[in-house]
Amino acid sequence: MSRVLHLPFCEQELSSINCGDEVLISGILYVGRDQVHKRLFEAIVSGAELPFDFNGNAIYYMGPSPAPEGFAIGSAGPTTSARMDPFSPLLLKHGLRVMVGKGPRSKDVVDAVKEYRGLYLQAYGGCGALYCSTIKSVESIAYPELGPEALIKLEVENFPAFCIIDSRGNSFR
Amino acid sequence: MKLEKLIEDALIKAIRILPEDVEKAIRKAEKSESSEFGRIALKAIVDNIDIAREKNIPLCQDTGMFWCLAEIGRDARVNLKKLEASIIKGAKSAALNGYYRKSVVEDPIYDRKNTETNLPPIISYCLTEGDNITLSFLLKGFGSENCSSVRMLNPTAGEEGVINAVVDMMKAAGGKPCPPCFIGLGIGGTMDRAAFLSKKAFFRKGRESELEKKIKDRLNTLNIGPGGLGGENTVLSVQMLTEPTHIAGLPVAMTVNCWADRKAQVVILGGYDE
Repeated sequence: MSRVLHLPFCEQELSSINCGDEVLISGILYVGRDQVHKRLFEAIVSGAELPFDFNGNAIYYMGPSPAPEGFAIGSAGPTTSARMDPFSPLLLKHGLRVMVGKGPRSKDVVDAVKEYRGLYLQAYGGCGALYCSTIKSVESIAYPELGPEALIKLEVENFPAFCIIDSRGNSFR
Repeated sequence: MKLEKLIEDALIKAIRILPEDVEKAIRKAEKSESSEFGRIALKAIVDNIDIAREKNIPLCQDTGMFWCLAEIGRDARVNLKKLEASIIKGAKSAALNGYYRKSVVEDPIYDRKNTETNLPPIISYCLTEGDNITLSFLLKGFGSENCSSVRMLNPTAGEEGVINAVVDMMKAAGGKPCPPCFIGLGIGGTMDRAAFLSKKAFFRKGRESELEKKIKDRLNTLNIGPGGLGGENTVLSVQMLTEPTHIAGLPVAMTVNCWADRKAQVVILGGYDE
């Protein structure tokens, strides 16, 4: 089934999405991958302030290529989610609910998504040019020293994804 | 045209436009895939190929690590110092002018500081027959490379052992490497030689062998499918190279390339000694 998800999300829209649904995302999408996850994890453990409010927001595992002139961003497809697995349950415990990446997740992540009524969506791997065309604007948020791995904020429109784990903890396949 | 410019142009094109046979295989898969969800993923991939070509931007944000096989004919005229400099300069310019993502870090364990240039490239020099120099490049993305692996089998494992090892490695990869994948296999030699052959195999010429077809068919029964969403298109090609090995072993290496099987080749007729 086709669904839409506006971000920041409302509970009703989030819980209407089932695993196996195609989902079009519009709105605000925060972006962070390996090093950002390590830092967010460490910030939570040490009680430091987080660089963005998890409440209502989503994180996209991605590191873009540089933007050519006239583009908001370069190629911008998902990276492999499994590498974020060691960090995700703690982030979910601290209020993060929606994750967008590619590929399967660990059992711990599936369990955490169920416990905290989250959502794991898969973007189509390798489709960086396609995702570039859905991104309207880019804003730098934190850790610029990480270069292509920095924490940034996107505004997206009709960003295509696929629900792998829904808020009831049901998994696709 | 200067060699470094030829290399630069080939590498800039390679991350935007797939080799003809690769694109053809993907489009064919999109038409034939029987899984509804697999078809959704393939449709996104085909759209992506069209958008990258039309907007002249990289197919994937992971523009990969430069991997280069420099095959030098034993009868080629060659200035090795200039050849090496041209490969490095060509790669560096491609990364800069082709909007490659800066994806290479200096120290792998501790500070992981970005080199900011996508250098160094990984270059292997080999001697071959004839008087030409052939430079074969892979733009090696790491979503797929993280799924590449080597198994050291028993010498008695035979064909079934090889097939089972490859099936096992692909099962472990699952949906992670952006299937449908292109598989390179290196069999024999030593552990490192098998790994090297598994990359060189992507440039193997000639028809598909019986064993390659057998492995491809087995992998396509795993139902990993496009995007890992299920279907019979898990791999679109298997290419294999074999070499002599030790009486005690049977090394089997697999390199996984994602559907964006990006390659470039530059052939220098008669060698390079300018």
